Amino acid sequence: MTDEKISQAEKDEAAYFAERAQAGAAAARSGTAASPEAHTLFDVQEMELNFGPQHPSTHGVLRLVLKVDGEKILEAKPDIGYLHRGTEKLFETETYPMGIPHTDRLDYVAAATNNHAFCLAVEKLLGVEIPRRAQLIRVILDELQRLSSHLVWLGTSGIDLGAVTPFWYAFREREQILDFFEEYCGARLTLNCMRIGGLPFDLTAGWTERVSEFLADLPARIDDYEQLLTDNRIWKKRTVGVGVISAEECVEWGLTGPIIRGSGLAWDLRRAQPYECYEELDFVVPTRQNGDTYDRYIVRVQEMRQSARILRQCLEKLEPGEIRGKVPRVIKPPAEEVYASIESPKGELGFYCVSNGTNKPYRMHVRPPSFINLQALPRLAKGHLVSDLVALIGTIDIVLGEVDR
Amino acid sequence: MSADVWTYVKVVLLVATVPAIVGFVIVLAERRIMAFMQVRLGPNRVGPQGTLQGLADLVKLVTKEDITPAKAEKAVHFLAPVLAVIPALTALAVIPFGPPVRIGKTMVPLWVADVNIGLLFLLAVTSIGVYGIILGGWSSNNKYSLLGGLRSAAQLVSYEVPMGLSLVSVLLMTRSLSLVAIVRRQEAMELWFIFPGLVAFFIYFVSGVAESNRNPFDLPEAESELVSGFNTEYSGVKFAFFFLGEYTAMIIISCVAVTVFLGGWLQPFPNVAALKFLGIVPPFVWFLGKVGAFIFCYIWFRSTFPRYRFDQLMALGWKWLIPMALANIVVVAFAILLTPGRTTGLVWLAWIFGGLFVAMFLLSKLRQKLTRRERLAAEPHPVEG
Repeated sequence: MTDEKISQAEKDEAAYFAERAQAGAAAARSGTAASPEAHTLFDVQEMELNFGPQHPSTHGVLRLVLKVDGEKILEAKPDIGYLHRGTEKLFETETYPMGIPHTDRLDYVAAATNNHAFCLAVEKLLGVEIPRRAQLIRVILDELQRLSSHLVWLGTSGIDLGAVTPFWYAFREREQILDFFEEYCGARLTLNCMRIGGLPFDLTAGWTERVSEFLADLPARIDDYEQLLTDNRIWKKRTVGVGVISAEECVEWGLTGPIIRGSGLAWDLRRAQPYECYEELDFVVPTRQNGDTYDRYIVRVQEMRQSARILRQCLEKLEPGEIRGKVPRVIKPPAEEVYASIESPKGELGFYCVSNGTNKPYRMHVRPPSFINLQALPRLAKGHLVSDLVALIGTIDIVLGEVDR
Repeated sequence: MSADVWTYVKVVLLVATVPAIVGFVIVLAERRIMAFMQVRLGPNRVGPQGTLQGLADLVKLVTKEDITPAKAEKAVHFLAPVLAVIPALTALAVIPFGPPVRIGKTMVPLWVADVNIGLLFLLAVTSIGVYGIILGGWSSNNKYSLLGGLRSAAQLVSYEVPMGLSLVSVLLMTRSLSLVAIVRRQEAMELWFIFPGLVAFFIYFVSGVAESNRNPFDLPEAESELVSGFNTEYSGVKFAFFFLGEYTAMIIISCVAVTVFLGGWLQPFPNVAALKFLGIVPPFVWFLGKVGAFIFCYIWFRSTFPRYRFDQLMALGWKWLIPMALANIVVVAFAILLTPGRTTGLVWLAWIFGGLFVAMFLLSKLRQKLTRRERLAAEPHPVEG
């Protein structure tokens, strides 16, 4: 339905410009027009609007160059690179274990999943077996990270649409999760919490109980956020039918994560290409059919509930055991190329690693979900209003550290 | 002292105290109440429980450098904040804060002027305030400010009309535009106009929130979209003026709502014997209390609602509020004309509207429950793992 509207809007624009061009040409022929644009009372002038890089709703240093007609967006061009730090090049200059802290700085609201994807790639090169306890703890850290990342998303995209209160509730829970991380590895954001072949530390005493307590509270807390937003008339008005994208288009653009699941395709790497011990865990991949901002919101909220479910199962399955696999002291993988990917909170996060047999990677390429999902923004934003653009940036859930690398 | 001198005293008092109340009481209350709703503390460092926060803000704003952008329209840029404040303060002149009180030998009324076109004067003067925002947005020579000013203009056009129309139905009940007469009429009828004017009250308050650019209609500022919109290029005292204008407009909307719909300074239930003790509270305090309740609603809205979109705001105004206000005028007119006496029709109307309100409230609760159940049924999983 809204797709039709958008394509209709595009047609209208095309017709409008064609008309103007014709009128201009006609005026030029008759020699009446002094300027190429004949100004009448109702003539529309386009305005170029610089949206960012210093803007409260671009979630970092994203810059968008907008062509607007009043508030209607005719064209949105993302201009990225303000946070480029050459991370991929940095990987080449340092040994494999030294690469892990750099991954913390990619998607800095979800460091654990980055560590995980990097380690998986190197482990695939080495062919190391990960002990079961380490696998479970990795999944626990991943899912806690997914929860905290989705909480950040929930809070900030609420603020983007003017709903300030959910932000504080979401960040209250996120603080608790960060406390768990702090207790585990000493860091709250840049965790550096995984090692090639396993984990750096075992869990501290009482950690699992505290996480269980938190998980017992969580469903009620999520109900609280939903009460403020899900059935809220204004929230629905601002999100339903905004930024619709079909599953086919998602596949064409390479979009992953909640975006593709909001469009009706149950594509989740935890199910599609299970890694660690996701195979034996019981959870559902939530999907919705309409592919608009509201559905992506619902999908993420349901994912939070599913994460809690996964966490509960993992905590039950935890048994004492090794946390490190048999990894050589100096990591020198055979000269091979591998690609390993996981389902990060934002979508498919992959590391493509080329080894030349030395202790440093020859090339390390990151497939960042934020960067690839961001491509769809101009397509999503076209024909919407400036207010919707803010909602759309929120719904894609980008982290600029990952977009620019 | 003669009555004239008292007028000057009252003007000076109003102009001096209202900004102080805004700075010290309302802003602090807003921040503390919002903080309470958002599980945080709010300002509690300056003075006991943060009570001197207003003073700190004032010092900061006054000592801050006042910047005018190089390519701004200088004269208009200067004029805009003034235009935002002066009308708002002027409008306070016709608000009756209480019945006349005896000071010495003279009876001093607690209003500056009882104008016989009071309501009309209010509507006229407050709508000037919007020029401040539009001109401020335009003269800053900043695209975001321009969009903010544009939104404000659209908002004014859309919401001034339903607001006026909703007050028309009250005029039918009172047959007077004077605010003092409106309160006196409610006293005589023993009926606050919120009951027969429930629909009018709803329309008035929604338009009022939109007129004073507050959530969920704070589009001209829209922190997250337009980077505070029309006032982006304002700093220091000029910014403070805009701020003061906005909050004074809020006070005026609340004062008018209280005067017109909630019986102004009157105490509730004057004829219930068991509640006679309420009469001890001076009328002035009743008035302030009611205004405070409205201000609380503003704050409550701000921490609850997301923001409307520009086009949705216009649609709400034109497609819902204006037709509703027009229909309401017809209904009220018929109720007054077709029934004997002045109050019978209004009492009936009050019962009908009250019943409808309760029914709609229950229906909306039911609907909410049903949609929630439907949504939960559509979710693919049992939540417990």
